[in-house]
Amino acid sequence: MSSKEDILKKIKQNQPALMTELPDLNLLSSDNPDVFVTYKTVLKNIGGDPVEVANYDEIIHYIKSNYNLKKRIITTIPELSEIGSLDWTNDDPHSLQDVELNILKAHFGVAENSALWVTDDVLGQRVSPFIAQYLAIIVHKKDIIATMHQAYERIGNQEYGFGTFIAGPSKTADIEQSLVLGAHGARGLIVFLLD
Amino acid sequence: MSSEKTIEHSEAAARFNKDVERVNWHDETLWFVREKRDKSAHQILDWELLRETASKIKNNVLSNIHDYLLEFEANAQKNGIIVHWAADAKGHNEIVHSIMAKHDVKQMVKSKSMLTEECHLNDYLAEKGIEVIDSDLGEYIVQLRKEPPSHIVLPAIHLKKEDVSETFHEHLGTEKGNIDPQYLTESARLSLRDTFLTRKVALTGVNFAIAETGEIVVCTNEGNADMGAHLADVHIACMGFEKLIPQRKHLGVFLRLLARSATGQPITTFSSHFKKPRDGKEIHIVIVDNGRSTQLGREDFRNSLKCIRCGACMNTCPVYRRSGGHSYHNAVAGPIGSILAPNLDMSKNADLPFASTLCGSCTNVCPVKIDIHDQLYKWRQVLVKEGHTPTVKTIAMKTMSTVLANPTIFNIAGKSGRFVMKNIPGLVNNKMNKWYDQREMPDVPEESFREWYKKNSREAKAKDNE
Amino acid sequence: MKIGLFIPCYVDQFYPKVGIATYELLQKLGCEVHFPMGQTCCGQPMANSGYQYLTKGCDANFIANFAGFDYIVCPSGSCVLHVKEHLHDEKQEEVAAEMRKKVFELTEFITDILKVDSIDGNFPYRVGMHVSCHGQRGLKLSQMTELNAPFFSKPEQLLHNIKGLDLVSLSRKDECCGFGGTFCVTEEAVSVKMGQDRIKDHENHQVDYITGGDMSCLMHLEGILKRQKSPIKTIHIAEILNSLEN
Repeated sequence: MSSKEDILKKIKQNQPALMTELPDLNLLSSDNPDVFVTYKTVLKNIGGDPVEVANYDEIIHYIKSNYNLKKRIITTIPELSEIGSLDWTNDDPHSLQDVELNILKAHFGVAENSALWVTDDVLGQRVSPFIAQYLAIIVHKKDIIATMHQAYERIGNQEYGFGTFIAGPSKTADIEQSLVLGAHGARGLIVFLLD
Repeated sequence: MSSEKTIEHSEAAARFNKDVERVNWHDETLWFVREKRDKSAHQILDWELLRETASKIKNNVLSNIHDYLLEFEANAQKNGIIVHWAADAKGHNEIVHSIMAKHDVKQMVKSKSMLTEECHLNDYLAEKGIEVIDSDLGEYIVQLRKEPPSHIVLPAIHLKKEDVSETFHEHLGTEKGNIDPQYLTESARLSLRDTFLTRKVALTGVNFAIAETGEIVVCTNEGNADMGAHLADVHIACMGFEKLIPQRKHLGVFLRLLARSATGQPITTFSSHFKKPRDGKEIHIVIVDNGRSTQLGREDFRNSLKCIRCGACMNTCPVYRRSGGHSYHNAVAGPIGSILAPNLDMSKNADLPFASTLCGSCTNVCPVKIDIHDQLYKWRQVLVKEGHTPTVKTIAMKTMSTVLANPTIFNIAGKSGRFVMKNIPGLVNNKMNKWYDQREMPDVPEESFREWYKKNSREAKAKDNE
Repeated sequence: MKIGLFIPCYVDQFYPKVGIATYELLQKLGCEVHFPMGQTCCGQPMANSGYQYLTKGCDANFIANFAGFDYIVCPSGSCVLHVKEHLHDEKQEEVAAEMRKKVFELTEFITDILKVDSIDGNFPYRVGMHVSCHGQRGLKLSQMTELNAPFFSKPEQLLHNIKGLDLVSLSRKDECCGFGGTFCVTEEAVSVKMGQDRIKDHENHQVDYITGGDMSCLMHLEGILKRQKSPIKTIHIAEILNSLEN
């Protein structure tokens, strides 16, 4: 008998009769009167920087005044072609190792934990938000929702090969519980909250 | 690790307690994590309902796991993922090795996976000439020191920055005596970046596997699982079969609970959903049993399989905080480890369910409501019945039970020497009275309560007045 | 109301004053209290060590002594919890089941059955409350810090009208003291360390007394305090509640 059959047979023998039906997730409250304020507060608490902007020009201006444009900046957003290159999405992912800043656009953000949902179609390459030294993610203010329950309602049956929630910069506290930003991934995360 | 003789928890704990300052630090650091958990959990209005919901989902999984596994496999295969099944640790290790061999690769980068610790994968692969580098900072540190992790979420929590500094000085050439965590982390980042960029195979654990979609979710703060998986040609993800959840929307419940329970964060930095491999690349999922189906059949213990490995029970456990993870001699330490370990090896782990005061704090923090302390109690009964307790203890207990069942003998024994305190098992086994090592015995009063009652109760006085 | 007074074996032998205080207090509160002389032990020391199968004799003896009372009251959360969870008798399981419902820890009996909100008394000291785990997490005598739920405490509530009593707020409100039954000798190092740390918390709040509802925790703490030659004393909550002279 193969391992699979063997395991499944044992499980079938040993699993209990139905203990409970799946619970109703709608009972969990998703009310938050001010998701936008919550979002910003939580993001700051976990080491990210919220920046409110009215349009892409303001983002370009912000990047120009805060980052060294001589270093490699990549993006998947055509409106930002002035500051970031767009032609890297078919390259070997290892070639992204020298990226200083990656600018992405998230599908939506979640107020309770400041997480941003991104998938293959906005990432360019899966490794891009992890390998860059710094990360900037744009999200529309109207796309901030309250909780993870609403997040998964919104994702629904969305098709993707890879998707991830990103909440703040990469971090570790593995040495004496001292928080250090920039463990392996981005050392800093700016979230542009776009009107 | 596996080959070394096991030192009993009580003895290892006694050694750990020789360095009082270190114990205090360990206790306070983990208590701080528990406090962060409280603060975070108490901000969620319906936290208790959330726990209850998670518990129900997991209970539903336990009773349908056969069908959910088949559903998961079919969907994962549809997504282009290769699914393997391993009956035990050996099978798991062989499958991982066969994938490496097929691709003729001798190096692997690995993100945190307690399952591979349970299976002792690193040792196995080392014997086959394969080098494994653990990329989670805590795991990286303990790996360099040739130690197992002492905590499932905070693998190097038993170490101080001075220890890490020395280890990094020796292995990475960092400045001697530089104990700045920022500096040390940066050094590891640089070293591991090189690893990520040169490995063809990456192995990760799995936090959740979704039957409905065939995808897996891996949560990290460092981004190390993603750095490995997205740069490698082959991503191997290993999971115990209990990692299944029915539907994608259930992630909403578990991702709200996991990081808040673990560290007090509202969510881990990255919660990555792997559904399909990149074009031309491979994702392998290894589904492992290794005793889980046996545990599933133990009615009293099956719901330990609900565990989502947050580590909250360790942080809150007053015994864990004062004995350190290594004293549990098992991949998973602390209260949850103590109810999982006897299932894997009853004789080797017979001491663990006794390494608890049954205070119940573990059960209260558990995000999926596992009745951990009740299971510790129940494991004690099983271990005694199966003959895994010292004979001397059994004899003492039998004597005690005879005396306590018989009021006449009890009264004589009580008068002659305060029976219970003198007969607490453990005392009889030691020439030295272990109570007395660091504590005084209570004073013996002139009369017992029952002696007083005979003279002074209302009935006695009424009789006197007659 | 006929009360069977259940005095834990070690209280009977080492802390008769706790039994006396409990007896007198219940009488002051209008109860008819009897102490069945044939009682021994609830069997917990064996059961928690994995030898529950050896407690049948204890169970039978307990039932023989306490059948027929309206309530069984005991100044120990731990012993009560054991009876509530594990008292069985194959020959008369219905009687056992009924008794599991009738057994109460002293403070919850006063608040929940006698419906007394607080008790007058006099105890002019700074006091730390050591919450016993079995009383708190087992019997739910007070809210647990792990849970996101409103605060309450049956024992604390009863102390509100005790004159002069200054109840401190500990840093770790419900951490275990490390007694743990046979754990106190089988895991002596951790047990003592836990006790020392619990005492430190009380010391940091400059208490004169550590009180609580379980004499076993207090016996362990007292043992350490005496060894340390500490001026801090232990006292069972029944003794404070019984402080008003007749």
